[in-house]
Amino acid sequence: MNNPQLNKHGELQHLLSTEGLPVAILRGILDRAATFVNVAEGREIKKIPLLHGKSVFNIFFENSTRTRTTFEIAAKRLSADVVNLNIGSSSASKGETLLDTVDNLCAMHADMFVVRHAQSGAAHFIAKHVAPEVHVINAGDGRHAHPTQALLDMFTIRHYKKEFHNLRVAIVGDILYSRVARSQIHALTTLGVPEVRVIAPKTLLPTAVEKLGVQVYHDMRLGLRDVDVVMMLRLQNERMQGAALPSAQEYFKYYGLTQDKLALAKPDAIVLHPGPMNRGVEIDSSVADGSHSVILPQVTFGIAVRMAVMSMLAGK
Amino acid sequence: MMNIQIKNGRLIDPKNNMDALHDVFIAAGKIAAIGTASKGFVADKIIDASGLVVAPGLIDLAARLREPGYEYKATLESEMDAAVAGGITTLACPPDTDPPLDEPGLVEMLKHRARELNQARVYPVGALTYGLKGAELTEMAELADAGCIAFSQADAPLTDTRVLMRAMQYAATFGFSVWLRPQDSFLARDGVAHDGEVATRLGLPAIPACAETIALSTMLQLARETGVRLHICRISSAEGVAMVRAAKQQGLPLTCDVSMNHIHLSEIDIGYFDSNCHLIPPLRSLRDRDALRAALLDGTIDAICSNHSPVDDDAKQLPFAEAEAGATGLELLLPLALKWAEQDGHALSNALSKVTQQPARILGLNAGHLTIGAVADVCIFDPDLYWKVEPAALRSQGKNTPFLGMQLKGKVCYTLINGQIIYQG
Repeated sequence: MNNPQLNKHGELQHLLSTEGLPVAILRGILDRAATFVNVAEGREIKKIPLLHGKSVFNIFFENSTRTRTTFEIAAKRLSADVVNLNIGSSSASKGETLLDTVDNLCAMHADMFVVRHAQSGAAHFIAKHVAPEVHVINAGDGRHAHPTQALLDMFTIRHYKKEFHNLRVAIVGDILYSRVARSQIHALTTLGVPEVRVIAPKTLLPTAVEKLGVQVYHDMRLGLRDVDVVMMLRLQNERMQGAALPSAQEYFKYYGLTQDKLALAKPDAIVLHPGPMNRGVEIDSSVADGSHSVILPQVTFGIAVRMAVMSMLAGK
Repeated sequence: MMNIQIKNGRLIDPKNNMDALHDVFIAAGKIAAIGTASKGFVADKIIDASGLVVAPGLIDLAARLREPGYEYKATLESEMDAAVAGGITTLACPPDTDPPLDEPGLVEMLKHRARELNQARVYPVGALTYGLKGAELTEMAELADAGCIAFSQADAPLTDTRVLMRAMQYAATFGFSVWLRPQDSFLARDGVAHDGEVATRLGLPAIPACAETIALSTMLQLARETGVRLHICRISSAEGVAMVRAAKQQGLPLTCDVSMNHIHLSEIDIGYFDSNCHLIPPLRSLRDRDALRAALLDGTIDAICSNHSPVDDDAKQLPFAEAEAGATGLELLLPLALKWAEQDGHALSNALSKVTQQPARILGLNAGHLTIGAVADVCIFDPDLYWKVEPAALRSQGKNTPFLGMQLKGKVCYTLINGQIIYQG
């Protein structure tokens, strides 16, 4: 089976998932992002003309302000023309099919689509149907993947830890429903992290999670012991309504990141969170705002990483 | 009526343990003689079957013809055409039409429409409960009079075990068969793929194998309690197969079928979200697939069906979970049954048994064999001819199947029903 993310020369054609990406491409994105980090800092003019004359369409079938905004900023810093479409509130509700929507946008000569959709596989589906010169970036599809989030997490980890091959990383929380977790796991294992742990109650873990190359912990205190990196996940409110969890209070007690639990990790451990945070549910405010937290730098790096991905896809 | 001589063919008739070069003589719509013609037989038509297999017409236990109600997906004309092109001379159709087959008038209309087309014999499976809603029993005796051959919920859930028990008791009263696909609807809720490695990786809402075994356990216990003739449809898991095997060993009068897709494919075939692999039940693990194949051989699974479910393109051209489940199948049943036997090193007659004699037994029909005097429903096919599965090669209005683009071996050359050539390839 051909990897739908690569063209016949093995270059990045679409960014749909961190799974199946060669390590050289992953490192290449991080290296390029490093050159963009400075674009925003200490420069009078924040723009560079790599995507000048290109049209980037942000098509969001699921609401998101934060992710859409970071993509928009990234595209604009590269001098692209950006169009934002909230499909959730337009065509789809008028009964237009997904393919019709995509065909229409292609007819407007889009060069790049940034897609978010509630269904796993939606970005693959769109990538399969666009013309060969159009590139698709997955900004989150169902529970499947959120590759740019994982890449900015990798960038953050490398920024603080320099290397991957000597790290112990724990991912904590709702793995089952999380596209972020899946993308993080593939990126970490591809980049050579020798020990990736997932920490969650059984109701928030997919059945065959260990097949992804991770070690499973149900006891957060055991799972956090001696880790270098703690990656927290957002707990969606709807998990409280089904039978996944009894209450936010009990979840926080056993799986919320507090100072005393964090003390079990290495003294120089860093704490990441993809945002938006539920303070007091998955993370205590004192940790979120504390000295181990790199949550705000993640946001800054996110723009550089998205610039790197867009410019690589544009062949620049 | 024409007298037909089929000469030089390899006659394979599993029920009569026949696999040899014999001519077949057909007169008055029946098998008149085998080997040598009876005295005074004059052929109006001679079919040269050199290099071909002459077999009983295929019998498919699950073919959705989409009428009434879903004519935009397929019509009786298109699907009956596809059936004979696939060598199928008898088929049972599930009751999940719109409206469902829960009224004698609907069944009579369907039978009438099918008869007018003068193609494969159609045996509707009636709805077990009104509207397939799982609450009130249908008029099963009336429906049987109208032509229903068994009663089923198709893929609709029947969660109320008291209703299920009553339905089985009532069916058993009249000696009707109840056909059920085991799936616990709570565990399967929103699921679109097997709860395993692939669903984990792709982030697809999953259906665990225990959704099948839990429902199966309920069905088996109620069948023991009520004495109903139970037919298990579309078994999909290794554990489910083991339960059916054990129940049969204990003497429960139980039969079981599997979809042709599930003996060849697994969750891995979903690849990068191929919506053609969005099927009901979900494609399970390789271990499950291997267990299904072994169960076919040892007789735990009696029959292979196409589970033909034509879906229109618009309903398939969607992200995996939103795409409608189902695949076209009538024209693939023969080659996929043959493929199973060839891959596992079984005789051709073994594969044919699973699509002729065995489904006939499940339906309680004197069909699926070529005994002298039997109705001449015949399938003549080239067992060595490869053909490519592509939309243009399929007569069915449903063009979606996981096998799209593949080369399959085994092509129907003639289909005879009642001693008449209905299809010639």
